[in-house]
Amino acid sequence: MEYEVVIGLEIHAELSTKTKIYCGCKNSFGSEVNSQCCPICLGMPGTLPTLNKEVVEYAIRMGHATHCTINNVTKQDRKNYIYPDLPKAYQISQYDIPLCENGYLDFMVDGEKKRVGITRIHIEEDAGKLIHAESFEGSLVDFNRCGVPLIEIVSEPDIRSPEEAHAYLETIRSILLYLDISDCKMQEGSLRCDVNVSLMPKGSNTFGTRCEMKNVNTFSGAVRAIEYEMARQKEILDAGGVIEQETRRWNDAKGVTELLRSKEDAQDYRYFPEPDLRTIYIPEVHVEELKATIPELPNQKIERYMTSYGLPQKEATLIAEDVSRSRFFEQCLEGGKVAPKSVCNWLLGDIAKVLNERGCELDDLALTPERLVELISLIDQKTISTTSAKTVLECILDDGEIAIDQIVKDKGLAQVSDTAVLEAIVTEVLAENAKAVEDYHSGKTNVLGFLVGQCMKRSKGQGNPGLMRQLLEEKI
Amino acid sequence: MELIQKTAAQLHQLLRDREITAAEITDAVFAQIAACEPQVQSYLALTEESARKTAALVDEKLAAGEELPPLAGIPIAIKDNLCTEGVTTTCASKMLYNFVPPYSATVVKKVEENLLPITGKVNLDEFAMGSSCENSHFQKTHNPHDLSRVPGGSSGGSAASVAAGEAVLALGSDTGGSIRQPASFCGIVGLKPTYGAVSRYGLVAFASSLDQVGPMARSCEDTAMLFSAISGADEMDATSCDRGHRADYRDYLARDVKGMTIGIPKEYFGEGIDEEVSAAVMQAAEVFRSLGAQVKEVSLPSSPHALSAYYIISSAEASSNLARFDGVKYGYRSEHYQNLQEMYVNTRTEGFGAEVKRRIMLGTYVLSSGYFDAYYKKGKAFQSALCAEFDACFADCDFLLTPTVPQTAFKLGENVDDPVKMYKSDICTVPVNIAGLPALAMPCGRDSQGLPIGMQLIGPHFGEDVLLSAGHHYEQATGHQFTVPAIASK
Repeated sequence: MEYEVVIGLEIHAELSTKTKIYCGCKNSFGSEVNSQCCPICLGMPGTLPTLNKEVVEYAIRMGHATHCTINNVTKQDRKNYIYPDLPKAYQISQYDIPLCENGYLDFMVDGEKKRVGITRIHIEEDAGKLIHAESFEGSLVDFNRCGVPLIEIVSEPDIRSPEEAHAYLETIRSILLYLDISDCKMQEGSLRCDVNVSLMPKGSNTFGTRCEMKNVNTFSGAVRAIEYEMARQKEILDAGGVIEQETRRWNDAKGVTELLRSKEDAQDYRYFPEPDLRTIYIPEVHVEELKATIPELPNQKIERYMTSYGLPQKEATLIAEDVSRSRFFEQCLEGGKVAPKSVCNWLLGDIAKVLNERGCELDDLALTPERLVELISLIDQKTISTTSAKTVLECILDDGEIAIDQIVKDKGLAQVSDTAVLEAIVTEVLAENAKAVEDYHSGKTNVLGFLVGQCMKRSKGQGNPGLMRQLLEEKI
Repeated sequence: MELIQKTAAQLHQLLRDREITAAEITDAVFAQIAACEPQVQSYLALTEESARKTAALVDEKLAAGEELPPLAGIPIAIKDNLCTEGVTTTCASKMLYNFVPPYSATVVKKVEENLLPITGKVNLDEFAMGSSCENSHFQKTHNPHDLSRVPGGSSGGSAASVAAGEAVLALGSDTGGSIRQPASFCGIVGLKPTYGAVSRYGLVAFASSLDQVGPMARSCEDTAMLFSAISGADEMDATSCDRGHRADYRDYLARDVKGMTIGIPKEYFGEGIDEEVSAAVMQAAEVFRSLGAQVKEVSLPSSPHALSAYYIISSAEASSNLARFDGVKYGYRSEHYQNLQEMYVNTRTEGFGAEVKRRIMLGTYVLSSGYFDAYYKKGKAFQSALCAEFDACFADCDFLLTPTVPQTAFKLGENVDDPVKMYKSDICTVPVNIAGLPALAMPCGRDSQGLPIGMQLIGPHFGEDVLLSAGHHYEQATGHQFTVPAIASK
């Protein structure tokens, strides 16, 4: 039978606030084990949490970016469960009144617009991390992550393919980066997701029984986990079996999902309102103030790049999706000295290639938008050729000090537009390529390109190609 | 020794007049501890060295002519569920028998800043759950008025130490009556502040939405002084606030009772209340009337259900608060286990006493899926209803007057096998915690056996100043004077 897949995602994003959610400890990754904790985040007896307001503001901004209703009056709840990485034996989270709810997210998949509902976004604290060292028989706990603020973004089961899931994840990631509220470093676990997957017969409107997969830590992992789960469930259904509601664990190394617990073993978290924290009241005016801080988001940028700058959708998307690339792009256009298309070509061409090779970010380079504009202007003014410009680019990628005109001078890259010099070259080339000249006169005018190339070669790349072509046409 | 009979206010005067030294007061208190502790057994730990250091510092500053806080040099005992940096904080539980916190409770810091010598940590019912101090893992504290009787609980060690002259002041905590009931049994004054008036930071939580730290003392004036020192908003406790806060509550003691309206809630004088107790409280009402107050009957019809709601809400929160004691990072750990699960189970089985386990089970049950609405949610709904009834009373009453406890101190062992009977000891006090109100417990006579009877003055939110002034006027009018009981003064 043919099935349609129904997918819902729960994304946990660590927020990049300066301090943890309920104490003054620094919120930082990669510090020495158990160096970023205090009696409060260690849940020592008698200690109390106090809410970091920045967390609420970050979460509200994400709510605005996904068109959610912001609950002005909300509360925090205790989710009770015992695990060695949870020192209070409960996680402070939000149960029945999330900070944000009923939103949606639009994004493009294969050139089509897709809308996924956002059920809710709530704030909660992260747990510590278990460490299994070979030199030690038991397990060790690092509490540095304990109390790091998280938002959980829960989608409606609106996603219908692994590709859509991937695009949704990418969109959420780029928004988090645009809002500058999470560093989204998957390798550091700052973005994790749980995936709910069910199958229903094609054309049906009734959802099948879903399985939840935990421990999905990469976007490609999410896609593979969904594909695996689709195949697993299809096999069961095709054999006449029924899907049991289960929580499964994605084993990325083996590429399979494994049973974690069945519905019968579902934990009773005994949620109840956190008595150590007061009700959160957010004045409407503050909610609106936060709305005003939402920058232009990738979707809006793509549209603007297409309409105002005439970029094709693919290029517009490639630039808009990457927060540092789009910032760079827009900074280049400030002052209107260069054409958007030229900047786009450089960013997605030579510069992207370097970033790919090095595996680094645009911000890691010494290259500034001002310098790229200067470079492009030199081409536009025909001071240097595009070929020479690539040589200059190599020099200024990692050196922010060296003057561009100095490079042009030192390397002798300046374009020669002196007609006398160029005329001499043209004359020589025409003399040496009698066959080509003959072809030209017999109507094969495209040999002109070959001749321009010959002239350029003779000028060691410095001749002004346009001028050269003009002279060739005159003299041939 | 005369000094142990004096109130903090009197000692302060003597210190200021340079008639005595702080060292002498501390000496007298430790001498009394040495004499009485074998019978009374209030203390779980003594901090004599640091107490003497603080006293010496006070004397030094006094000699230098420095202006000191009013309670500087007055010895104080701290209930052992308040964290004290570097000093064991056991909650009278085997679970925390060796727990030395690396931080102090905000109230303890304030006590230290005010230069009160801390005499030590005093006994309680395990994790503040109980009404007799008999649930302590370590020892049973005895009532200084009759050693065969309980001092009340859970702040039994605090009350007994103040009554016996083993401390001049004490800090207690009150979740359902834990300051007021032992104050009543031991014939001293205890204030359960408005929820939020005093920081809970560093108080090992029993029921977070009900717990309050409060002063226990020999007079309303002393209570006002200690309350002034410990109250106020604390950035470490999100539930604390500065509403109605007074810098010095003594400034309000002179406020006249004349013209005040006192409500007598009829539900607190009926069945289950000892007749001698009722009579003593009604007699106190007459005293207030003679001082020019108007006394009227009011009604809090929901009160009979308060005990049930209290055991639902407090146990629910306790089950969550006490889940962290797992033997991993601090405290007791079982020696018998093969794996993590067994370590958890055996640690908690061996580390907690019967009453604590009973409440954890009760609390876990009422929060469980399928039961939450029937119990916890209903309990919270009751809370709103009761608050509304109290609000209605305070619309035309300045405070309410009730017995603190239905009876006077009972015998050790008398109620240990009947938890419900034990719970009923708190029937007059729990409604106050559920409504988050302030209440002052103070002596109002003795029963035919010579045991102290206590009355409770319940005020509107942040109305501590009203309660303390009314109590102070009552003391003045009746010529009440604190005395260390004969048994303990021998």
